[in-house]
Amino acid sequence: MMLEIGLSHYLTVAAILFTLGLFGIFLNRKNVIIILMSIELMLLAVNINFVAFSTHLNDLVGQIFALFVLTVAAAEAAIGLAILVVYYRNRGSIAVEDISMMKG
Amino acid sequence: MIIQTIAFYFFAAVAVSAGVMVISARNPVHSVLFLILAFFSSAGLFVLMGAEFLAMILVIVYVGAVAVLFLFVVMMLDINFIELRYGFLQYLPIGAVVGLILFAELVLVFGSWVVAPEARNSLAAPTPELGSVSNTHALGQLIYTDYAYLFQTAGLILLVAMIGAIVLTLRHRDGVHRQKISNQVGRRRDASIEIVKVPSGSGI
Repeated sequence: MMLEIGLSHYLTVAAILFTLGLFGIFLNRKNVIIILMSIELMLLAVNINFVAFSTHLNDLVGQIFALFVLTVAAAEAAIGLAILVVYYRNRGSIAVEDISMMKG
Repeated sequence: MIIQTIAFYFFAAVAVSAGVMVISARNPVHSVLFLILAFFSSAGLFVLMGAEFLAMILVIVYVGAVAVLFLFVVMMLDINFIELRYGFLQYLPIGAVVGLILFAELVLVFGSWVVAPEARNSLAAPTPELGSVSNTHALGQLIYTDYAYLFQTAGLILLVAMIGAIVLTLRHRDGVHRQKISNQVGRRRDASIEIVKVPSGSGI
């Protein structure tokens, strides 16, 4: 059971990584950069799930979907970091609790 | 088989411990470096699963581009990260509760996962035999035929992200004299040269 690596092993790793990503958002709730990294970690866990099911079912479409998830994650990181740089330039800080201008 | 098992446990342990370090490292630069390590060992897991193309894409896109982008931003911004860490453990209990509940749910869902026998008969794109076609070749045959529109859309998303990032971070400063090539090229003789009849002995 432990020596034969199957679908459930990969799903367990992905579940642990996803939980770590969520936990990181709670833990570092002041630092936007770490929050973005935690989101990347969660997307990585999702990708591991896609590829694990794809190879387990012998269906290639899962890997194609993982490719598109990767594309969107890269775009999200680029836009998120650009917004972060602009925000830092305007306010001189990236603390999450300072982002309250639109609260009214 | 035993080598595959050892490799799986090695990559899985490295990925998970790197993930732990990403969210708990004191220095954000170390967080980014551990993120790179997590992506790298996940690429190893992908190779073990037989998805070589995605593993290489993960290394190129994440380690080569996204992680370096993170590193660049972390090092460029002059932020007091110690101050940001203040109250680090304040939300540990609720985070632990939510994380444990989520993990328990994921284990409950995936722990008893059984694939229906009929599912084997309704695959969208069955993987070709390993000996005949490589993983990259098989993926390319699918992406450029059945999923061409989605592939183009992915390219469009990247283009929009690129333009968005450039537009967001482009800065126009006032008071800076720039070279205006169109004005230089569009300059005419009569607009810039004037012939003046100078009477002798009086100056202009």
